[in-house]
Amino acid sequence: MSLLSVRGISKRFPARRGMVDMLRGRPKLAVHAVEQVSLEVFRGETLGIVGESGCGKSTLARCLVRLHEPDAGAIDFDGADVLGLAGPERRAFNRRVQMVFQDPYSSLNPRMTVGATLGEALMVHNVVPKAEIPRRVRELLDLVHLMENAAERYPHEFSGGQRQRIGIARALAVEPSLIIADEPVSALDVSVQAAIVNLFMELQDRLGLTLVFITHDLRLVKHMTHRVAVMYLGRIVEVGPTAEIFAAPRHPYTQALIRAVPQVKPGRRSGEAAVMGELPSPLNPPPGCAFHPRCPVATAACRETVPGLEARGGAWDVACLLAG
Amino acid sequence: MSLLSVENLHVTFSTPRGPVHAVDGVSFGVGAGEVLGIVGESGSGKSVTLRAIPKLLHANATVSGTVRWRGEDLHAMDDARLRAVRGGQVAVVFQEPMSALNPVLPIGVQIDEVLTAHTQFDAAARRKRGIELLGLVGIASAATRLGQFPHEFSGGMRQRAMIAIALAAAPALLLADEPTTALDVTIQDQILKLLLRLVGELGMALVLVTHDLGVVAETCDRVAVMYAGRLCETGTVHDVFLRPHHAYTHALLRSMPGEGAARSMLVPIPGQPPRIDAPVPGCAFAPRCTFTEARCATTRPALVAMADGHESACYAAARLGSEIAA
Repeated sequence: MSLLSVRGISKRFPARRGMVDMLRGRPKLAVHAVEQVSLEVFRGETLGIVGESGCGKSTLARCLVRLHEPDAGAIDFDGADVLGLAGPERRAFNRRVQMVFQDPYSSLNPRMTVGATLGEALMVHNVVPKAEIPRRVRELLDLVHLMENAAERYPHEFSGGQRQRIGIARALAVEPSLIIADEPVSALDVSVQAAIVNLFMELQDRLGLTLVFITHDLRLVKHMTHRVAVMYLGRIVEVGPTAEIFAAPRHPYTQALIRAVPQVKPGRRSGEAAVMGELPSPLNPPPGCAFHPRCPVATAACRETVPGLEARGGAWDVACLLAG
Repeated sequence: MSLLSVENLHVTFSTPRGPVHAVDGVSFGVGAGEVLGIVGESGSGKSVTLRAIPKLLHANATVSGTVRWRGEDLHAMDDARLRAVRGGQVAVVFQEPMSALNPVLPIGVQIDEVLTAHTQFDAAARRKRGIELLGLVGIASAATRLGQFPHEFSGGMRQRAMIAIALAAAPALLLADEPTTALDVTIQDQILKLLLRLVGELGMALVLVTHDLGVVAETCDRVAVMYAGRLCETGTVHDVFLRPHHAYTHALLRSMPGEGAARSMLVPIPGQPPRIDAPVPGCAFAPRCTFTEARCATTRPALVAMADGHESACYAAARLGSEIAA
């Protein structure tokens, strides 16, 4: 049963034009950040969204919580049309869907104690009566394995990993059903990262949360997600069960991406790069399949037809004309 | 004999809040044609170690110890000799090509500078060599690209251009400081394969500083693991990854999401690295270590040879002998 359902959303950002471009009447350009993305998030699952920088994964995340308004498409959350929500309904939606950001240094207010930060979230949404707030703050800190005295301290007194725990506690304060985490462990060292990944998995099992985990780290996606959506230049190119996709990726881009990740196993040295070329400009995406200029198996049809995300005779959806 | 040998390197930065001991007694050697990885987490001193080799640290750094280049003391050289070695025989590739390249000079001019300083080529030969170098690092339409500025290059192309500049004078040793950290995984893969190909074709030695154990496993012959400014362990990548003899290396490898069952709990390292603004008695990893003994807190373990070229500074080295599933 899907908790969140995204249908054909697109988001474009107008590119800045110089004076010369305007005087010469050059057309307005737009960055095609997210193009025609459809996606289901099922209750209680962890969905990974992976892709390289500029593929639109963070823009998609922000569209899901309406930090960006999509230009087209529809989002359903628990049966309600998210993009049409206003006033108290919008606030109720905001409470049920929370975001955890990459940078725990800049997403916490440095002048507020941790207790005040968590208390504010509780107060704004009237989660508990005012008198109950200190008790609830202690519970939240305990939930993310921070000491009780953390409430009186300021963000700068904590390490990176601890600050990310505070960010998670703040998201959990309003008892959300869905957490969208945008690169939540990318700024952390690997030994600290492990503890935060464990915390996400533990909280999910304990609280029955649904988690959308956005990252560029395929090792993490493989380890902790149930399903994965792979993005390339604003579109989802493949989506399905994580274990199966890692075992037998169907899209040539997914195949290259998985092959490009260095394994922590010595002796797998090969001289061949997984894929040649670089990401095309999102200002001027190539016609047809966006991956065709780098694709080793592209045909003439790939240069003309934009492949839809379909089953194509397999167990999960893939946007490749040659899959099947 | 080693091409480069570093003995008992110490680097201390003087800061308004007192001295910071960034590198604390590090020794290693690099042979011709060898790829050495220096791996560690943030603040472990790996980049400072690399930059100390060609004397590229800021003025507030005090460096002691010996760095020998082909037997000659690099840090005792006069400026003219040092300039000839640096950029000529020893070249450096930095993490951020955008801040390491000069934004107001075309790439061709930046390559030409190195050739003018380190070769006898005339202008025509230098241009020819410039085109050759861009081709070598996989930049298409090299002649046009020579006239372009860094902002006209993508991130991956900039890193290729920086490698071309480093290779201009045909160095015998390339020092690369997190050369792929700012790049996407498919571009990282291309750059690492390029570096390996160049090492093979040009017979160059490479020192690669990285925080990514996967990068080390796939590109390096030997590895040096650093923690809190100290060297924990060195050896072949095979030995260190499959039979770590230092409790920190062991813990670091175990904390990676690897072949374990999906959604099994990972094994983080508890606690924080020590502050390096005060001298650390004993082993720097002791407060976070699960193999700790009484002497770990008081007496610093020395780097001891275990087997062929495998050295470790850990009292628990013998107890860690078991093979871990990486």
